[in-house]
Amino acid sequence: MALPQRKTDIGPPHYKQFLPPIIQKNYGKWKYHEVITPGVMVHVGDSGDKLWTVRVASPRLLSTATIREHCDIAEKFCGGFFRYTTRNNVEFLVSDEKQLESLKKELTARGFKMGGIGAGITNVVHTQGWVHCHSACTDASGLVKSMMDELMEYFESTRLPAKVRLAVACCVNMCGAVHCSDIAVVAVHTKVPTIAHENFKNMCELPTVIGSCPTRAISPDPANKSVKINAEKCMYCGNCFTVCPPISIKDPDRDGVAILVGGKINSLRSNPKFSKLVIPYISNEPPRWPKVVAAIKHIVEVYAKNARKHERVGEWIERIGWERFFSLTGIDFTFQCIDDFTFMRDTMRTSSTFKWS
Amino acid sequence: MKKYDTPLIDELEKGPWPSFVTEMKKAAKNNEMANDAVGHLEKCFRTKVGYWKHGGIVGVLGYGGGVIGRYSELGDEFPGVAHFHTVRLNQPSGFFYTSQALREICDVWDKYGSGLTNVHGSTGDLVLLGTKTDALETIFAEYSSRGWDLGGSGSALRTPSCCIGPGRCEWSNYDTLDLCYALTQEFQDEIHRPMFSYKFKIKMSGCACDCVASIARADMSIIGTWKGHIEVNQDEVKNYAKNGMDITAEIVNMCPTQCISYDGKDLKINNAECSRCMHCITRMTKALKPTGERGATICIGSKAPIVVGSLLSWVIVPFIKVEPPYTELKDVIRKIWEWWDDNAKPRERIGEVIEMKGMRSFLEGIGQSPIPQQIKEPRKDPFMFYTEDDMAAFKAKEAEEKKTGKYKF
Repeated sequence: MALPQRKTDIGPPHYKQFLPPIIQKNYGKWKYHEVITPGVMVHVGDSGDKLWTVRVASPRLLSTATIREHCDIAEKFCGGFFRYTTRNNVEFLVSDEKQLESLKKELTARGFKMGGIGAGITNVVHTQGWVHCHSACTDASGLVKSMMDELMEYFESTRLPAKVRLAVACCVNMCGAVHCSDIAVVAVHTKVPTIAHENFKNMCELPTVIGSCPTRAISPDPANKSVKINAEKCMYCGNCFTVCPPISIKDPDRDGVAILVGGKINSLRSNPKFSKLVIPYISNEPPRWPKVVAAIKHIVEVYAKNARKHERVGEWIERIGWERFFSLTGIDFTFQCIDDFTFMRDTMRTSSTFKWS
Repeated sequence: MKKYDTPLIDELEKGPWPSFVTEMKKAAKNNEMANDAVGHLEKCFRTKVGYWKHGGIVGVLGYGGGVIGRYSELGDEFPGVAHFHTVRLNQPSGFFYTSQALREICDVWDKYGSGLTNVHGSTGDLVLLGTKTDALETIFAEYSSRGWDLGGSGSALRTPSCCIGPGRCEWSNYDTLDLCYALTQEFQDEIHRPMFSYKFKIKMSGCACDCVASIARADMSIIGTWKGHIEVNQDEVKNYAKNGMDITAEIVNMCPTQCISYDGKDLKINNAECSRCMHCITRMTKALKPTGERGATICIGSKAPIVVGSLLSWVIVPFIKVEPPYTELKDVIRKIWEWWDDNAKPRERIGEVIEMKGMRSFLEGIGQSPIPQQIKEPRKDPFMFYTEDDMAAFKAKEAEEKKTGKYKF
């Protein structure tokens, strides 16, 4: 069968053809919205029109079979229109309140989970992990599944002081906004890479490899026509491995994850913040990473108990002080928590005012 | 088809959260590639290590990106994933779809790929996960003839993405969906033919809530803002109070500039002192509404930790009008790229180049004047450059003062 004629540089289809009629009509003229339940909100237009959104959890990694199931549901209740969110949830949109209850009933019957709106925990931004990435030092989807199974009550409720945004990065490349999340899990290597010197000259560019190192730990090794790595300077970021395949950094016994907290991306009340390291290392324990899950649940619970309404994790910690965060959570404070890379000047305390537990 | 024993990942089919393993197995039922991906993943879980090799150069004719080469080290053991390339389809603005469009996408993908997807990938593309090199041209012909194009990859403009904006949000200060579409169309060449030092991401949010996290993960963050007052509907304020909101604690005391007062009846905002953080508006959306001139703040430089630490985007243009055909904004983008191109070494993001060359060089390069809205605080150290022009300007100002007898600081 002949192939259809290819076209280049056409860009994506125009979004307008995918907007349901009620959105076309009220485009840019929305007045307000209300969260009705953790899985349902309603937007009201200046025209008085109402649009109900039902938000449903997704594992992000979807089979075409499940996408077709989303299509079936959208065709039955939403005129075929639906969307996905920036955090990978599915949203079904209905303009007729009568359809809302039957849509919810059908979603429940099919086993879809509604939630993720408001002061709770919504879907986790994450990376590919072992499913599909060359530089992964853990599996992101497996961690997310394990975490969210345990945190499901927060997806289906709005009982937290504010929303808590979770993220998982399977290496320090951190695809996605992992570094500015309320609680972020980042997988780390902990050992100096090894080099297959015999392949270096055929597969790697010397200046690129030297330039890839943030700590200037790499220097030429003329005898081997390769490079050498200064173990006292190497912080195991893996960037040299990314630019030069004969460098190897994976280590199943030593690769693990770190936990960072207190980041946010919006500007509400306080400026966007990076997440900060609190737990430097937990071993990889597939398939369910029980210690990582327990640590996250513990931090969420301490936050829920202590923060004021509307305070994000980072804002709560800034109010009470980091020493109080460590005493409330009982997390060990370690050398890794003190920045010895680029932010030491800005992150050390420069006053004698602090709390004791 | 080979049946894999998968006791470890089977554990991830249990529990209430939707399971990606179940998804992989659904695809594996009638797809050899997906089936081998399941076996391959079980092996990763068993050995606690990944087996994907570095991407090779694969793609479609005339494009330098849009397909990410992926090969397994275990091609002999799992032939279905020996090649397992990713195809990035450029998503429509706001991730809106019709079922008809997605069914077409699925039909093609089932025929030529693994049947596995990411909806969506981190950058925003609809990611098709796993196909073979010899299927790529066919896949491209099938999709492009149906109106779908590839997104960006490598040292190129990455697929721009945006928040839902005026599609379904009362807070959007400009049309994020339209701007995203317009910039994507304008810069097709920059997306499909990598010509930059490294990746460049543009993300667009309609307000400071920043639902696409542009401030943290876009080399160029375009965040909606406004210049006018916040209009207060006092009847709705009363309704919020009546419905249990503690307005003093939740609104007044949480305002970062302390520009709100409340006497138990009326809410008053000292608009001149408001910094537009959006807290009060998001809590009382029925009562508070921004008015007046709308536009956006342009920030530059954010990125993840590689190489020398994470960056958040820095404000460079505090306010710009964002209206079709977006000529001014497109000009700014072209100037930014030109400066970057002139100054970057390979694999240097724009934020890193600005750190190396200095913000002044960058701002002058794109024709922006210094203005206090760009900074958190002025410099702390006394080491600074004085150009001949700077000195001439200082001297001229003082000569003028001598004439008028009045100081101008």
